[in-house]
Formats: sequence, structure tokens, C-alpha cells
Amino acid sequence: MGKINDVDVINGEGFQLSTLDKVIASARANSVWPLPFATSCCGIEYMASMGSNYDLARFGMERMSFSPRQADLLIVAGTISKKLGPVLKQVYEQMSEPKWVLSVGACACSGGIFDTYSVLQGIDKIIPVDVYVPGCPPRPEQIIDGIMNIHKLVKTESLRRRYSDEYKHLLESYNIESNAE
Amino acid sequence: MQSNLNNDMVLELLQKQFGEAIITADTPYDLLTIEVLPSSCYDIIAWIKDEPTLAIAYLTNLGGVHYPQNEGRELAVVYHLHSLTNNFRIRIKTFLSIENPSIASIVAIHNGANWMERETFDFYGIQFEGHPNLARILNEDSMDYFPMRKEYHLEDETREDKDDRFFGR
Repeated sequence: MGKINDVDVINGEGFQLSTLDKVIASARANSVWPLPFATSCCGIEYMASMGSNYDLARFGMERMSFSPRQADLLIVAGTISKKLGPVLKQVYEQMSEPKWVLSVGACACSGGIFDTYSVLQGIDKIIPVDVYVPGCPPRPEQIIDGIMNIHKLVKTESLRRRYSDEYKHLLESYNIESNAE
Repeated sequence: MQSNLNNDMVLELLQKQFGEAIITADTPYDLLTIEVLPSSCYDIIAWIKDEPTLAIAYLTNLGGVHYPQNEGRELAVVYHLHSLTNNFRIRIKTFLSIENPSIASIVAIHNGANWMERETFDFYGIQFEGHPNLARILNEDSMDYFPMRKEYHLEDETREDKDDRFFGR
């Protein structure tokens, strides 16, 4: 037994054995294309995470996808007002399966300091969230830690998560139509 | 730059032209502030724009205020106007009742009032008669109240993490 890129493999003479789901999961986890939905100061921290000092590209996230149709990970960084809520939901709906959501910062997680009539009190009121990164704003290390947790999910979840009853119920509870074929 | 106009002079001109429509006048921080009848508001703003000696032709700001204790005149509309040629500023206030908060739109005089009146409608529910498109501008369209009126909470009612139990209170 050995390991290549965290995938368990059996080494033989001139060949290696593993299971297909582990290989696919590893490939997915190391090529997550993020869609940044950055609205305020958390977005600046996120940009720092993308920059050369912290360098998200190390994790196969070189390419920011500014179209939801080619994105795997929706990163919501910043305050989402109630007026913006339907836009965010539409962006989420346009992403194809499999997809994950990272909520960055106090505002995206809970509304933060903006406890007011015009601000959405957490994006999980309108879309399901996989990982929450607290902080106001969180440092790039925290954002990277959140992304590592997303990677952990990608590697350990069933490849066909989208067909599970649990996932379908989750989307139904948000009134989102599943786009899994 | 020195102004060609002064408060007393402008007030005298306005009182001569509009008489009883000017209810009160004051100069807090040396800024001429007049309260006028809502029915005359449009005419006054139009006249001070066109009158060549005044030429107060720039609308700096337009907004609302809610005074819940002020019975019969709960909502105020406040206009700040500026004469660029004379370097003179004036503030015009007018009060409306909350049952029928309706006043003539001044978009026909100052095009810049368009979005300001929409904003004032959005937050205070003041109806600007004759406005080309009096729809909400900042808040979501589905909102069913006017959030800056003081009977409404500033906080979001759906917030869950402000429960006193979580803070040992």
C-alpha cells in the first residue's frame, strides 16, 4: 500500500491499483473551480488568498470561474442584502452538479453586524452551505482552511451525492429544483 | 466667494411673492430655512429657479423625516437648494399628515429629483404626484412597509442568534 496525492494505491510491478471513486474524488478535489461572489471586505481577503503570498493556485484553483455554469465551488464573501438574495440564488441554481458552497465571513454566515431590515441574515436562508468560515473579515489562512474542509468533503462524499434522498430533501427545503440529470 | 444674496433679502422676496404660504422662517447655522404649505411647495421651487435675481437652480438634496409625535403633520419633506451663480443656499421644509402623505413631484423642475423622490417614497411612503415612475429604488420590490417610519423595528425579525440565552442574560 502506498499513497499518491492522498489516494490509497497498491503498488505492483509496473502497475498501481486503486478504486475508481477514490481517483475521481481526488481529481475533483484538486481541480475545484471557484466562483467568487465577493461583495465587500471579505472579498478583499479572498483576493489576498488568491494572490502570490497565499496562492490558492497551489490547490488546483488557478482558474476563477466567473460563469456559474463552469464552476464547482461558490464562494460567497461579504454582506448579501435581501435585494441581492434572488440573484445569489439564481447563480447557485445555474451551477451544475456537483457543486459546493463556502460561506466566508460573519455577514455571509449570519448577517454579522448588519442586523437590519435590508440585510439577509445568513445566506443559508436561501441556499445550502457546505462550510462556514467565521471572522470579520477572516484572514486568508482561515479561508484556505475552509477550502481544505471543502476538499475533505469532496474526497469523502459519495460521488453521486446528488442522487441521495437526503440531498434531494435538502434542495426541496430550499425550494430549489435539482439540476442533476 | 461672497454671496450676492443674503437671508433677509431672499426671505423678503419670497414673502412678497407668496405671503401666507411661507409659514415660518429661521436661520439655523446661518442657513435660511423656511416652512411652506405643501400646496405651494411646487410653485415656490419653480419660482426661485426662474426668478433671475435668485436663480436657485440646483437641487442639492431631497429627503423625508418622520416625527411620530407631530399629530396631523407627521411626515416632513425637506428640500435643499443651491444657487450656483449666487453661491446661496436655502432649505425648504413642508409637513404632511401620515394618513394622506401626498405632494406634487418636482421632477418637472429639477430632473435630479427623480431618484431622490423614489428613495423618499421607498423609505417613508410619501406619494409624489406626477412622478414619472414612483417605484421602490433601494429596497426589494416585495417589501410591504416603509422601513424608516419609526413604528418599525430597525432590526431584522428573523435573526436567531440574538437570543438572550446565548449571552447569559
